[in-house]
Amino acid sequence: MKNLFDILMEDIRFEEGLKACMNCGVCTAICPAAEFYDYDPRKIVYAVQSREDEEIIKLLKSETIWYCGECMSCKTRCPRGNTPGFIIMALRTLSQKLGYFTESEKGRQQLAIKRTVGENIFKYGYCAATYAVNPKMHPEQGPIWEYILENTDDVFERLGGQINGIGTGPLRKIPQDALDELKKIFDVTGGTAFFETIEDYSKKKASEMGIQFDDKGTDNDYFVEVFTANNGTHTSHENK
Amino acid sequence: MNIEGKRHIWSDYQKEIADDHFFYVRSCIRQSFFPGSEQFFLNLMRNILGKDVYENPGHTTCTGIGYHSDIVPSATIMTVIARHFALMKESGYKNIAISCVTSFGLYTEILDTWKHFPEQLEKTREYLFKATGREFDIPENVAHSSDIIYKFKDLIAQKAKNLLINKITGEPLKIVEHIGCHYAKMFPKSGVGGAEFPHVLSGMIEAWGGNVVDYPERRHCCGFGFRQYLVQANRGYSVSNTAKKFSSMKPFKPDMVLTNCPGCTMFMDKWQYTIKEMEGTSFGDKGESIPVLTYEELAGLVLGYNPWDLGLQYHMVQSEPLLKKLGIEYDNADKFKTKDGKQMPIPQNLINS
Repeated sequence: MKNLFDILMEDIRFEEGLKACMNCGVCTAICPAAEFYDYDPRKIVYAVQSREDEEIIKLLKSETIWYCGECMSCKTRCPRGNTPGFIIMALRTLSQKLGYFTESEKGRQQLAIKRTVGENIFKYGYCAATYAVNPKMHPEQGPIWEYILENTDDVFERLGGQINGIGTGPLRKIPQDALDELKKIFDVTGGTAFFETIEDYSKKKASEMGIQFDDKGTDNDYFVEVFTANNGTHTSHENK
Repeated sequence: MNIEGKRHIWSDYQKEIADDHFFYVRSCIRQSFFPGSEQFFLNLMRNILGKDVYENPGHTTCTGIGYHSDIVPSATIMTVIARHFALMKESGYKNIAISCVTSFGLYTEILDTWKHFPEQLEKTREYLFKATGREFDIPENVAHSSDIIYKFKDLIAQKAKNLLINKITGEPLKIVEHIGCHYAKMFPKSGVGGAEFPHVLSGMIEAWGGNVVDYPERRHCCGFGFRQYLVQANRGYSVSNTAKKFSSMKPFKPDMVLTNCPGCTMFMDKWQYTIKEMEGTSFGDKGESIPVLTYEELAGLVLGYNPWDLGLQYHMVQSEPLLKKLGIEYDNADKFKTKDGKQMPIPQNLINS
């Protein structure tokens, strides 16, 4: 059987991201996540570099691989040409494929992202769209956002938008044949299967945790749990 | 002094930007939050600069937000982007103009990946053909839409109705520029000025008469962090990073923030509201908040367009303090009207209004 390091090496981002880390810690110094989370990308690269299954499994089940914001500031600064951000992306993908992501609070959130951004892609052909940003889930958008949602057609018309219209323009309706092609691309490239993997392991975890789970939507206890739960142990000591 | 040597070093930081005939791909966030910006870009290109910009109605999201929140596999996003290249080929275009920094980062990442791993390019061709029957070419020129405005910044300056000068004091406006992490941190060669001397926005500010503010956290992330914002439980990361950035720029009393990435624009606008609600803190001069504008909105103001047709009223931080400094006459009665001049309700509790 292949070891986990070899499986990770099949991910081009891992191959591109890991040369030989000398543990200098520049990535951690520049990292916006390390500023506020109890997080050190240097340690992740060090652990992966050990090539030991035990170390890698620990990471795949951990909270720590989910703290990165993928800003990729580390790519610019590493003096040895490593990209911790790419390594983390490969670890996150493997953690989901093997079902380990449900072992951590931050990892379980993948279901919430699949049910929001993921569903938007299939439904609308957009990752995000005005009508899909619900003020209840996004209070930080402020009163202007509620106003825009209440007056969307007028707002978009004045600014030259084409909301749900046919043809070109901001937020035009994506034609059905384009949506069909997008779905087929997901089917052919493993994107749809990846969504199903996130769903399957999440359902299993919900039952283990005794939390109500629906196969669709955001109006069920497990979704609310993974979208909002924060056990308060994630921030770095000085920011607690 | 050996100027040739200097020129040679500096050439590493230059970027070739096509002159005409662009295939335009929209941004999920820019068109949802700043639709007036995308439309002004097209208006500027087509009607003011006389360029050919084509939009194909069948293009979709690049799935970049899903990819960077780790729900979309790399083979999938490569094939979605390859489909955009196929639409471009079918429409007869070779230069792509991208409205989103996340997308732009991905286009550059994927083109780089295909160079290093030619077998991935072949696999993508097979996937795309199997899924859609389409074939694609690699674009000849890849530009972010701000690169294109940068290219024509001096032409815009020649046509300027409002230079970036404080009309009250006569001093240049103090402008913070934020280029967004994925513009040049990943693939420095793809951005104007690279990761070390990014010039895409500062070049516009200088050409249009303003001063660029240098401050300690100038290159810090806006705070998006993909999953760190998308999931409610993680938003402490997002708002904390924004607060760090704004606290760092506050002593320099900037008149406005100019942004490259639509996500950064939205966060730097909306988190100022949130931080004010949470802590009562504001980061501008005299207790005001700092207006955050897209480069299209700023170009529109410089060229004398009505701020309410550009969509400035639909930010959380209102731009009147900036408009006053610029000496722009605006009509309050026109602010919340429909295209046909019908009065709309007046939104309450906006900032700076």
